[in-house]
Amino acid sequence: MSVLPDSHEAVIGLEIHVQLETRTKMFCGCELSFGDEPNVHTCPICLAHPGSLPVINERAVEYGIQIALALGCEIAPRSIFHRKNYFYPDNPKAYQISQYDIPLATAGRLGDVRIHRVHLEEDAAKLVHVGESGRIHGSGASLVDFNRGGTPLVEIVTEPDLHDPAAAREWLQLLRTTIKAIGASDVNMEEGSLRCDANVSIRPAGTTELGVKTELKNMNSFRFIERGVEAELARQFELVSSGEQVTQETLHFDPRTGALTPLRSKEEAHDYRYFPEPDLVPLAPTEEMLATARDALPELPEAREERFAGELELPAAQARQLAYDAELADLFEAALAAGGAGARGLANWITGEPATRELAPAQVASLVALVEGGKVTNRAGKEVLAKLVADGGDPVEIVEREGLGKVEDSGELEAVVAAAIEAHPAEAEKVKAGADQAIGPIVGHVMRETKGRADGGEVTRMIRAKLGL
Amino acid sequence: MTPADAGPPTRGAGGDELLELTAGQALSRIEAGDLGADEYFDAYADAAAGDELNAYLWRAERGGGDAGGENLRGAPIAVKDIFCTEGIPTTAGSRILEGYTPPYTATAVARLADAGARVLGKTNMDEFAMGSSNENSAYGPVLNPWDRSRVPGGSSGGSAAAVAGRLAPWGIGTDTGGSIRQPAALCGIVGLKPTYGAISRYGMIAFASSLDQCGPLTRDVTDAAILLRAMEGRDPRDSTSVGIEGGVELPSREDLEGLRFGVPRELAAGAEGIESSVAENFKATLALIEELGGELDEFELPSTRNGISAYYVIAPAEASANLARYDGVRYGARDREADDLLGMYERTRARGFGAEVKRRIMLGTYALSSGYYEAYYGQAQKVRTRIAQDFSAAFERFDFVVTPTSPTVAFGLGDKTDDPWAMYMNDQCTVPMSLAGIPAISIPSGLAEPEGGGPQLPVGFQIAGRAFSESRILDAAFALEQRIGFG
Repeated sequence: MSVLPDSHEAVIGLEIHVQLETRTKMFCGCELSFGDEPNVHTCPICLAHPGSLPVINERAVEYGIQIALALGCEIAPRSIFHRKNYFYPDNPKAYQISQYDIPLATAGRLGDVRIHRVHLEEDAAKLVHVGESGRIHGSGASLVDFNRGGTPLVEIVTEPDLHDPAAAREWLQLLRTTIKAIGASDVNMEEGSLRCDANVSIRPAGTTELGVKTELKNMNSFRFIERGVEAELARQFELVSSGEQVTQETLHFDPRTGALTPLRSKEEAHDYRYFPEPDLVPLAPTEEMLATARDALPELPEAREERFAGELELPAAQARQLAYDAELADLFEAALAAGGAGARGLANWITGEPATRELAPAQVASLVALVEGGKVTNRAGKEVLAKLVADGGDPVEIVEREGLGKVEDSGELEAVVAAAIEAHPAEAEKVKAGADQAIGPIVGHVMRETKGRADGGEVTRMIRAKLGL
Repeated sequence: MTPADAGPPTRGAGGDELLELTAGQALSRIEAGDLGADEYFDAYADAAAGDELNAYLWRAERGGGDAGGENLRGAPIAVKDIFCTEGIPTTAGSRILEGYTPPYTATAVARLADAGARVLGKTNMDEFAMGSSNENSAYGPVLNPWDRSRVPGGSSGGSAAAVAGRLAPWGIGTDTGGSIRQPAALCGIVGLKPTYGAISRYGMIAFASSLDQCGPLTRDVTDAAILLRAMEGRDPRDSTSVGIEGGVELPSREDLEGLRFGVPRELAAGAEGIESSVAENFKATLALIEELGGELDEFELPSTRNGISAYYVIAPAEASANLARYDGVRYGARDREADDLLGMYERTRARGFGAEVKRRIMLGTYALSSGYYEAYYGQAQKVRTRIAQDFSAAFERFDFVVTPTSPTVAFGLGDKTDDPWAMYMNDQCTVPMSLAGIPAISIPSGLAEPEGGGPQLPVGFQIAGRAFSESRILDAAFALEQRIGFG
């Protein structure tokens, strides 16, 4: 549901930074790390000692090319690294080596969103601001951890093709899964290996001109992206509705309060004085590198979605839900391969029951096969699932041991039905008199007695037969 | 001026015969067992300890530690203080790096050490290699051993003065727009700027990254070849390094038969700014080339007239970024009185950098700023391309291009410090080769009287060639050196 009335349209573009999971940093041999003691993964290069020089990490280039190919981009035959100059303690050279006018790749598409560009750069060091605000202003002191400084980053910039916050979130999920499928990053928003800024503007519905945009930063979860963009759209609409204008600025999203506050102009008023990095030569991937990267691409989420919906005839929403979550999709495919259960049943269970994530594919297959084969009811199946999660084991054995198998012996069931009718004489009379819904308590009685192992339809049929209907 | 203050440095050096040897000669004696490596090193350690030229910022003790390799047999070498040396203070002539001891060693120095050389000392220089007189050092000017009231040239003035003044057998420096060749000329020694990419820049403190190149300063051409051979080569730590294909031959040529020398009108005798006595010396040297069988012809390098202007956009632009890292946060000097981050940056840099460095940082920052980039940096790069094309065209016709190295002989301390443009014009003959990235050597071509009179001073003769033609340049320079018979 949109936060804007039909009179207005949201225009959203995303800028995504992805930390690559290479062994070493973008321009030096220091190992990447997460959570290590501060400043142990450093060297003269990533500390910007005098005289040190950068050397491009080949693996980072390979990952960059794979990501760009996965996004359907054109790879530049010769891309250039630039120096982006600014003073800040997280940036020891006082320039970031990044790509500027000739990026690694341009003009791609993922889902419904066009990709403007993909480029390589290096991450900044991590600043820890001591004090309450957690930001540099008002902090007592700032500490610098250079472990992160120089981590390879891929920056992906989309065209402003998204028009609602939920779609932005869903698209980012697709991007995440795509990159994860490549294995180029663990794309974890909470840990900062996937970071997303959003450029947001609104315009009257039906127009094509872009409005004045604002840039939203610090939305470090999928939920916050959606909430941050929603909040900003609401703010812009209110401004416009009261006759005011949106001003171009950078806003900081506070996930605790949901508030958007402008960054101080000092923090954004930069003239980066870009110029080509003279310490590096142009990046010119060979045909061989491109071919290797292409060959190494796994099946990507979009293709998977298509296959699930087409070959396996899953409903569109379910196909997408599975394909956009590689872990679920992998579980689904492995369970399908294990045999015994059908695609539809597996998809229902895996998308509907989050606990299935904790099972081995064979366990899921066996469980779903029991339900599909009528050996256990849906409800008993969920009990089996809970037991599998708690204790592990084999679904078939659990059903036997716990007596969760569907009551199929009609003799046994008939006795329970008879007892149930006897226990509910008033209801039985009402049902006989034509009040169908009065059958509920009688069915409930049977289910209680059989611990849910009886088929509801079958029970209803038997009760009615017994009552001579 | 007392006699000890002026004249060929050999006369004032106490006459120790050992110090008069070229390094190559000394190495032969060591190899033959006629000279002990430690004796040789210690003679220079003693000489350097008596440095009156302010050529050194750091000196090794006698003994000098262990030598790694065979070829250079423990020979002492003076290293410009722009090369990082693990455990040895490195300042680049700047206050802002006072107290800085690098955690690693520059590739060029490491290669020399691997070949067996021992660091004799770190030599004084213009701050961050910005200067042509060595007066921009935060640690005081270096004096010219020929006349201590005059400058040794710059920015590798400390290495040049040490080699000429018998305080080191040889040395290395860096050349961005003439910083090896010009001081070599003013001190009467050999200085070679190799092709850009011949020697690794790793660990060489950057001034202008697309121009900086390491090279030797030596007593003769053979020594220059020996050092170049030890240092050149591709280095995986420097993406712009390629080495010299085929390596470096020691020079042996005795004539210049069949070689064609081009004399560019814009940079030769008669060109604006070239002192008349330097022009005379240059003509005399051209005559020697002809005597040796070389062919001479004049030609034009039209774009070089914009060389200095382009250089003083490109070099400061790169420097403005290269020097931004000196912020007092991680190493070097830090101002501790400021009460916030920006204040600390500003005060550290205001106090740590000298006037010329600040001038170039401001120039470069301006040239790169939004809205001016195309007019300055973009334009300068176009000039650079044109100059390279001019040289390419020249090398279709000639084997070498020759010019005076410096338009003047050594000038007096303080003579040009108030006039940056006059100082910049010192490099008018050396900057074009730097912009084109091609190799060029300066050899001493005799003495000339300075403008305004006084004892005669050395003049340098520059020979430039195609990219990676170092062996051929050294060969031609060797033949000419024998004929000139300087020193």
